[in-house]
Amino acid sequence: MSENRKSLINLNGGLTRRSALKGLGAAAGLVAAPGFVRYGQAQSSEPIKVGFQCHRTGIGAAYGRWYERVTTAAAKRINDAGGINGRPLEIIIEDDGTDPKRGAEVVEKFANQHKVDLVYGTLFSHVVVGSAPAAGELKIPYYVVSEGYHVASGKMNRYCVQPGITDVKAQARSVAPWIADNLGKKVTLVYPDYAFGHDHRDFFTPAIEAQGGQVVAKVPIPPTETSFTRYFPQIPRDTDVIYHVMVGPAVLTFVKEMGEFFGSGGPQLFGFIDSLEAVDISSPGLEFLEGSHFWEGMPRYAQPDQPDYVTAYREAVGIDQNGASANDAKDVSTAAHMFGCWETLNIIKASMEACDYKGPDDRAAMIEATEAMTEMEAGPDHPQGKKLFNGKIHQVFGEQNISQVKKGKLEVVHRTSIEDGAYEPEADYTAMSF
Amino acid sequence: MTRLTPSTKSVALHIGVVLALLALNFLLPEYHRGVFARVLVLAVFAMGYNLAFGYTGLLSLGHAMFFAAGLYGAGLTIYHLEWSVWPAFGAGLAAGVVVALVVGFLALRTTGVAFMIVTLMFAQVFYLMTLYFTTYTRGEEGLVLPQETRVLGFPGGMLDLSDPSTRYLVALSLFAIVLAAILFLVRAPYGRSLIAIRENEERMRMLGYNVFVNKLMAVVLSGLFCAASGAAYAVLFGYVGSGFAAIQYSILPLLWVLVGGAAATLGPLIGTLFMFYVIDTASSYTTAHLMVVGLVLIGVILFFPKGIIGTVRERWLPWLP
Repeated sequence: MSENRKSLINLNGGLTRRSALKGLGAAAGLVAAPGFVRYGQAQSSEPIKVGFQCHRTGIGAAYGRWYERVTTAAAKRINDAGGINGRPLEIIIEDDGTDPKRGAEVVEKFANQHKVDLVYGTLFSHVVVGSAPAAGELKIPYYVVSEGYHVASGKMNRYCVQPGITDVKAQARSVAPWIADNLGKKVTLVYPDYAFGHDHRDFFTPAIEAQGGQVVAKVPIPPTETSFTRYFPQIPRDTDVIYHVMVGPAVLTFVKEMGEFFGSGGPQLFGFIDSLEAVDISSPGLEFLEGSHFWEGMPRYAQPDQPDYVTAYREAVGIDQNGASANDAKDVSTAAHMFGCWETLNIIKASMEACDYKGPDDRAAMIEATEAMTEMEAGPDHPQGKKLFNGKIHQVFGEQNISQVKKGKLEVVHRTSIEDGAYEPEADYTAMSF
Repeated sequence: MTRLTPSTKSVALHIGVVLALLALNFLLPEYHRGVFARVLVLAVFAMGYNLAFGYTGLLSLGHAMFFAAGLYGAGLTIYHLEWSVWPAFGAGLAAGVVVALVVGFLALRTTGVAFMIVTLMFAQVFYLMTLYFTTYTRGEEGLVLPQETRVLGFPGGMLDLSDPSTRYLVALSLFAIVLAAILFLVRAPYGRSLIAIRENEERMRMLGYNVFVNKLMAVVLSGLFCAASGAAYAVLFGYVGSGFAAIQYSILPLLWVLVGGAAATLGPLIGTLFMFYVIDTASSYTTAHLMVVGLVLIGVILFFPKGIIGTVRERWLPWLP
């Protein structure tokens, strides 16, 4: 009781030096907090602010780490070359926790507190879809690097664009002809039993049938599964190819158990590297993957015939010959996807320069400038390769790599054409109002 | 001069809080107004949880399913059946009540840890169903409710729920209604009986109360409020996804209630608001913000062992409901 009274007397009776310092510290912290900073109107010399919605924590953290490194490198290159319309590019990062609710909050924070010119960078589909309504309501451009079909589906809004990475529908269609010609026509699909897996099932099935092949079995794996052996007997004996797109922490167990089940005499394997991004291919238990094939957006391992601009890109983002960090050989990159950040930032620059972007009033003009884009040549701005942008569905199309595991490394054995992945647009964002 | 009775003070405080929140709509900077709108909706979720956990002593780990039932009840009817907001919101409430009734009826046959596990399992089944029926729900990716569908019709006109001020006022209205309902409930004989059940279930049974029915009603009301929050989230923020049915969203209302103060009417609001700003502020300064959040939570437990409002009530304002 007396202690309580003493503290009350201190609170009411006078200002001690300690409490004054505490108060000043708290006030300084409050003023420094982003929410209470007043930003002035954008002036021509002020930086162009890009809000980078980053998966720093949560299930996408490995991707987020590399997306951040590539973004930093791409921004440095743009700034070294004079910025955008003569203005420096400033990247402001907020962690979305790989969570759709937080993603939407972060978009609001970028628009209303940081006063950025646009938001960019998101990978995981659920964060994109969760954040898209906020971007549309706030009328702020939202350039995503996600590879989901969500943007191309026309279900987002005019402010959502995916110009730097291809979508899953195009990827699944791209690889079907090569699989049918080289691995076999009878395919069993093994996929996680939720939207990501269902997209592969629904997009790959008609694509392989168009090549004269067929899906002989579909093996959905429940998302909570940790052991997979009991699913393998569902794979028909006449299967030529197993198409697998498992993701998440259990993927190593999946591959190991598949190896134990089939031994050396099983069907051919074709997988999406999404399963093993940021994972060392030569990890114990992955020996069974030797000789199997993977889709890669951009090769993880340096290829002997790679152009100079690819070498320059790899140096700039800090990856070695094996696709790991130049500073830590165990820190394997997400090379198949992260190039999208580099290319998207260059498209943002090109769009802003095309519409002579001055400030937020030009946001709609910027989107129109991106929509007007068509061909993008391979080069320093587009190291992954040539692209074709469809302004109606806000989605880019490009070439894909099919790589084989040889001596524990991925070697590109085929590069698909843009036409392999092309499909009829199902929407037209340009007909929507801003 | 007559002294105000605790009852009058309590009602005056709650009216004052709602009026202060109304004033904030006009005073807060844009970003913080958006934050408060979201927090008010989620505080309703926490208030629903508080009714079951704080007042009735039912430690559930499955309340995400009630929130998600409201979310999907409203979201799917708008997206697939093109219902307008009012009936869709009603569908969300109905979904929450039905799920709470069924789950409550089965789960209340257990108590304590078993109740926790059973509610967790039911919620997991609900979550997996939202993933399994991807054709309708788009699973973890979720659905965007088009902006033009999020319009609230009135005899005199239409309210655009994507407008920041409208959204804030609608969120505040829902919050005020649920706050008033909870305040009324916990001061009514029924609310007293729930607290008595929490304190000594056997004694209540001996006194002739039907404990099972009382607890079932508490779960259903709790489910109704949580579903109202979920349905409001769908129509106000335009996104419906499986993430809201995951275990994380069963733990969050528990955390908000514990931080704010269990069995305190204003505890859920304070807890939700506090946790939002701790995460939001810490993540602006450091990538290790989860560590900061952990340290802050330890501090709260040390200095506010009964939650912020709970400790204030214990030490200074015993009349707080």
